[in-house]
Amino acid sequence: MAIKKFAVACYDDEAVLFPAIDKVRNSGYKLHDVYTPFPVHGLDQAMGLKETDLHIAGFIYGITGTSTAVGFMSWIFTKDWPINFGGKPHFSLPAFIPITFELTVLFAAVGMVLTFCYLNQIMPGVKKHVFHPRQTDDTFVVAIELSEHTSEAEVLEFLKSTGANETNVQVAESEWWYGRFDKKEAYELS
Amino acid sequence: MHLKYESSTREPLVEGNKTYHQVTEDICKPIEQKPSRLWYIGFFFSISLLLFGVFSVFWEVYWGIGVWGINRTIGWGWDITNFVWWVGIGHAGTLISAILLLFRQGWRTGVNRAAEAMTIFAVMCAGQFPIFHMGRVWDAFYVLPYPNTRGPLWPNFNSALLWDVFAISTYFTVSLLFWYSGLVPDFATIRDRAKTNLRKRLYGLASFGWTGTAKNWQRHEALSLVLAGLSTPLVLSVHTIVSFDFATSVIPGWHTTIFPPYFVAGAIFSGFAMVQTLLIMVRKIFKLEEYITLAHIERMNKVIVLTGSIVGVAYLTELFMAWYSGVEYEQAAFQWRILGPYWWSYWAMMSCNVISPQFFWFKKLRRNVPFTFIMSIVVNIGMWFERFVIIVTSLYRDYIPGSWSYYSPTWPEVGFYLGTFGLFFTCFFLFAKYFPVIAIAEIKFILKTSGNNYKEKMAPIEEKSVEEFAHEMEHAH
Repeated sequence: MAIKKFAVACYDDEAVLFPAIDKVRNSGYKLHDVYTPFPVHGLDQAMGLKETDLHIAGFIYGITGTSTAVGFMSWIFTKDWPINFGGKPHFSLPAFIPITFELTVLFAAVGMVLTFCYLNQIMPGVKKHVFHPRQTDDTFVVAIELSEHTSEAEVLEFLKSTGANETNVQVAESEWWYGRFDKKEAYELS
Repeated sequence: MHLKYESSTREPLVEGNKTYHQVTEDICKPIEQKPSRLWYIGFFFSISLLLFGVFSVFWEVYWGIGVWGINRTIGWGWDITNFVWWVGIGHAGTLISAILLLFRQGWRTGVNRAAEAMTIFAVMCAGQFPIFHMGRVWDAFYVLPYPNTRGPLWPNFNSALLWDVFAISTYFTVSLLFWYSGLVPDFATIRDRAKTNLRKRLYGLASFGWTGTAKNWQRHEALSLVLAGLSTPLVLSVHTIVSFDFATSVIPGWHTTIFPPYFVAGAIFSGFAMVQTLLIMVRKIFKLEEYITLAHIERMNKVIVLTGSIVGVAYLTELFMAWYSGVEYEQAAFQWRILGPYWWSYWAMMSCNVISPQFFWFKKLRRNVPFTFIMSIVVNIGMWFERFVIIVTSLYRDYIPGSWSYYSPTWPEVGFYLGTFGLFFTCFFLFAKYFPVIAIAEIKFILKTSGNNYKEKMAPIEEKSVEEFAHEMEHAH
């Protein structure tokens, strides 16, 4: 939880956004984040973000599902309660395959979605600051974090020169918090 | 310089002159308006069907499964027929959202949201049938492998019926997660443009606080891709396992290795037909013809003619194998299917599933909306009869001629089936009113490559020579 001051620039096209991000990164200002209404390919590279490791997590969850299913069914049919099905072996691996596959998929999917929510810090009841009401519609928003020493006028001037069609300074919570979107927060009212 | 280019020989996926904002406006409009009279009529009709279904199920649970028409010879009737039919319908949604995503088919974006919703509602309907078929429905949880005081006595993990429990529940869960993860950014769009406080609050909850940062989108893309990769084998496995319910038994007419691919093809066939039924109505009622275009309808009709033909080949293969195997029980089963007391169901199946889709070889008919709508219903009738034929006409004459029987449903069975229609359409009407029926963010993602107005701008580029174009691109920044 930290209330900070941001310089916000809004762009109306992703073609303007890319050169603008380059300029911001070269300018030495602290790029807080970029908000887009849809996934823009190449934006993560342009911002210098690392590739996500979410799929590795998915693989680990999947393997967990596989071993849970095989281990559990084998233990039940060989140790805990062996049943004789027409003289067939107790450890009947081919018959375990369907459930093993299903649990692999189930664990991987559920695990990944939960990890996705955790990493992105999203959950019902979570609220985050929305810099522009149309950042989920057609506006591409770049937020720069301001320190006490940054000159607001200078930053805004710079942002305008990158092709922004709207710039302003906002005081906002930089992290997530529990809240309702129909209620204004104290810092928003002041 | 990022050039978004797609050949103009490909039809645009978004008609009209759309901007990003216009896309949002068009898709959010039904959510923000009062529903039409047509919506109310449809919704209350669905609710009353649902209530009748609830009453039919109550009747069955109260008196026992004897109120249904099934008997000792024909243990599976309408219930399992409907189960397989509904599960099959669900498959098209996953095919569109997952398999077409892996194949990078841009046209999925116009239809995937509604198709996935259809999947989820169809699986919900399907699940009711095996559960209430158990008779003592209050013991339904016995199928779950939980530590219990009866030993613990575990379910039989070698049984195809238990595989089904795992397959259907996994399928439902994964489809729901996949669908909802796509919905989160779109709910955020509705939240941020909401005028009323209630809408802001509820969509704020539903959007999980999504703001669309670059990192979040990067993870979202990774998640969608992996979920698509998981759902693709999953959807194939689900109907495979459903077919195992039959194929692993030793009933003539069921005991065949062709069942898994045959069931999967049939599932996609009937699912696409249901997608057509729903989307033709949705695009008309919500005026979304520019997003669900004739090109979309034609593409789906191509899938229908392909899978319908696969199903046709499977029917003929079954007949051939019955003859070629030399097993007289198998031969008798098929002979009675065609000429026995249930001949009408076999021929209904054949004409609806094999003959009628062949009309879609003609481009004029593939692009004819009323014809497609009628065909989509014909196909689903045919696919219902397919399951009825497989189930009832394999059972009604078993190994002992003295126990040969005939089966007709009673009103609680029919009511149960109608009730699932009520459930399905109640859910679908609520979905159409409160959810974005088209994936907003995904349409925006393809807009600049496949939108009509952007494609037109590419026309001058297509006239340039390759050298000229390459030269220009090198120097543009």
